[in-house]
Amino acid sequence: MTFWEFANPRVFMGWTEKVLPWLFGIAALFLATGLVWGFFFTPDDFRQGSTVKIIYLHVPSAFMAINAWIMMLVASLIWLVRRHHVSALVAKAAAPVGITMTLIALFTGAIWGQPMWGTWWAWEPRLTSFFILFLFYLGYVALWAAIEDPDQAADLTSILCMVGSVFAVLSRYAVFFWNQGLHQGATLSLDADENIADVFWYPLLICLAGFIVLFIALVLYRTRTEIRARRLQAMTLRERMA
Amino acid sequence: MPDLGSYATEVGLAYAVSLALLGGIILLSVIRARRVARELDAAVGRRERRQE
Amino acid sequence: MIALFLRDLKLSVRAGGGFGLALAFFLILVSLVAFAVGPAPAALAPIAPGMLWVGALLAALLSLDRIFALDWEDGSLDALATAPIPLEGVALGKAAAHWVTTGLPLTIAAPALGPLLFLDPPGHLWLALTLALGTPALSLIGAFGAALTVGLKRGGLLLSLLVLPLNVPTLLFGAEAVRRAVEGADPATPLLFLAGITAGALGLLPFATAGVLRAMLRAS
Repeated sequence: MTFWEFANPRVFMGWTEKVLPWLFGIAALFLATGLVWGFFFTPDDFRQGSTVKIIYLHVPSAFMAINAWIMMLVASLIWLVRRHHVSALVAKAAAPVGITMTLIALFTGAIWGQPMWGTWWAWEPRLTSFFILFLFYLGYVALWAAIEDPDQAADLTSILCMVGSVFAVLSRYAVFFWNQGLHQGATLSLDADENIADVFWYPLLICLAGFIVLFIALVLYRTRTEIRARRLQAMTLRERMA
Repeated sequence: MPDLGSYATEVGLAYAVSLALLGGIILLSVIRARRVARELDAAVGRRERRQE
Repeated sequence: MIALFLRDLKLSVRAGGGFGLALAFFLILVSLVAFAVGPAPAALAPIAPGMLWVGALLAALLSLDRIFALDWEDGSLDALATAPIPLEGVALGKAAAHWVTTGLPLTIAAPALGPLLFLDPPGHLWLALTLALGTPALSLIGAFGAALTVGLKRGGLLLSLLVLPLNVPTLLFGAEAVRRAVEGADPATPLLFLAGITAGALGLLPFATAGVLRAMLRAS
């Protein structure tokens, strides 16, 4: 059995049904542990006060917002090259989850910005890039919704995802060029000396793991729905013709 | 409750909004999954009845 | 390909679109900005480059849906797909025709319209230069968006949702170059970036557009 067999719709439905409860359980466990630890049992930062607790939501959601798009890009490429239907549906299923992650990152960023920078919204490079990413997600979902023929929709959205990725990266650099920001440097770089202290680091890692597993679980769950929806569409079409 | 100091509103709001959004996407996924599964079952049922 | 380009050009000129419509739109937009913001030069001058660039963006956007729609409806797109020239060439020719009817007149007219918004003298030449460098990218991106939405009944709003985020880098570098030039800073870096985007779009987007068109024709 090769790796691609997992993408056969029937096989996919089989193994996801077994795996999904575990995934949702692990995600809930990680998220509950990380968030409770972060919210109740970490000290306040000496400069940021209790707002540092927002980090447990802001950083993982921002991380997932970008990675969801990258995952959609990979799934789109697999669809264009190998024409696995499940691959196209995974990309479709991931987009709304990615939108949610982007929204969480934007909201928590804005709420954090209010006490720290004194403003809810600043046209600050990172916030702006996320705003643009949000627009890309919206366009992608809208295009899926607008086209009736499923294969055609998969083709067009895949191409849009590829072109969009190039322009999203371009926009990011353009935005950094356009306005140097208030945002602090990367929290998660492995080599930086100024990484955050361990007290904040461990719960953050657990939250990050929770967000990743939750994302995977949600995408698989939604992909199952999309596979069923595709079968339903085919059946109603046949009924109408009969 | 931990003492959130003067930023209680901000921190509380951030957690409330985020959890609401996460709950929202989960709820939407579940509702759509149930509806599609129900309709698919109905369609399969109709086909079986026709074939009898 | 040149024949196709000339045919598209002729069609859009005959349909009354042509050079005039984009220009008239641009003119109206400039006066609307003045009405909305107030006539004070101190208020208008700083926003002039940005407003003129947004105007160029919108003018390019409004005429996009016609790039492929007519050929799609009467089936000549199928004929073009089997024609000896590749679909990439068709996409490029269509984008070029769109640019000649929107981007080019705006570039030529921009130096004349700049003073209406109190754009300081060297600025209007920079504006024309950035428009000349940037509007081809807008037309190429627009052709891609138009191909994506050509089969849809109500594609207009979706088209702007798809195309406008893609235009962000072009707009940013274009307006930034003019702003720097007006302030006396060196506009070379954004100008180079702008030229780079246009060159990249020229090299890549016709292939994406052609891919979209093939997918459309395969399904129908």
